[in-house]
Amino acid sequence: MIFIVSFLVIAMLASAISAYFFKDLLSAVIASYMVSLIAAVLFYLLQAPDVAIAEASIGAALVTAVFVIAIRRTRRHEE
Amino acid sequence: MRKIIGIILLIVIAWGIIISLQGIPFGVLRTEVADHYINKGIEETGAANIVTSVVVNYRSLDTLGEVTILFLAAIGLGAVLATIIRKEDRETVKASLILSTGCKFLFPFILLFGAYIFIHGHLTPGGGFQGGAIIASAFLLIYLGCHREKRINETGIIISESLGGLIFVVIGLIGLLTGTHYFLNNFMPKGEFNTLLSAGIIPIIYIAIGFKVGAELSKIIELLMEES
Repeated sequence: MIFIVSFLVIAMLASAISAYFFKDLLSAVIASYMVSLIAAVLFYLLQAPDVAIAEASIGAALVTAVFVIAIRRTRRHEE
Repeated sequence: MRKIIGIILLIVIAWGIIISLQGIPFGVLRTEVADHYINKGIEETGAANIVTSVVVNYRSLDTLGEVTILFLAAIGLGAVLATIIRKEDRETVKASLILSTGCKFLFPFILLFGAYIFIHGHLTPGGGFQGGAIIASAFLLIYLGCHREKRINETGIIISESLGGLIFVVIGLIGLLTGTHYFLNNFMPKGEFNTLLSAGIIPIIYIAIGFKVGAELSKIIELLMEES
């Protein structure tokens, strides 16, 4: 259990840091989506299923969709 | 000059936070009110899911505030995007038959799952907000798969959105008139524990919230997809 949780936390940190460093904004959005998805799994493992459902549906699905629509309207690459 | 003022402000804010943090007892497991929810929650509200009994029974006024914030956000987005002129001549790629058929096939099942989440909010994890978000993701799937082919019924969105808010407030006002005279009082019979028809007003309010949140988030998705 502790190994799974620590692996997930390290993966979450790696996704968050890579979301900051990506120049391609679409990749950055996918990395921040990974943060939300791993956070949902962590909430479930830490026995908070209500928050896990909310995080998976709002944080992972809808927010990512809104960011992708925003990128489609503006530029894809950061200068 | 501005830097010095910024540093002074930062020090004042940090000092205030440190002072207020010192008042909180550190290392104590739970506050008394959490113990009350865990020990007496099932008995007082009749809901098997304690999180739901806190969100819709003990702290339902906060939930009303959250729903209002979401409503204002949807209205604000609609007001901002209404001023932008639509670009109709933008070229779009039509989705392949497999993708659009798959989206149409999955759509009712995702709707059913969202409805299950908010109808069973007092028994299993989940509730109105989560179910509404799942319903909105079903509409997002339809917009991605069958763009400019299917559209959301505007009147349906307005009716379910207004009815949801109205039912929430009217049930709260009925609770004010009966029983112990406080807003959103759980005045209905508790029913048999751990069955669908139990926990008084909690399932009714969660169904109302589910319809309201689903309609608002679907409206936001529709506005953004139509403008892009």
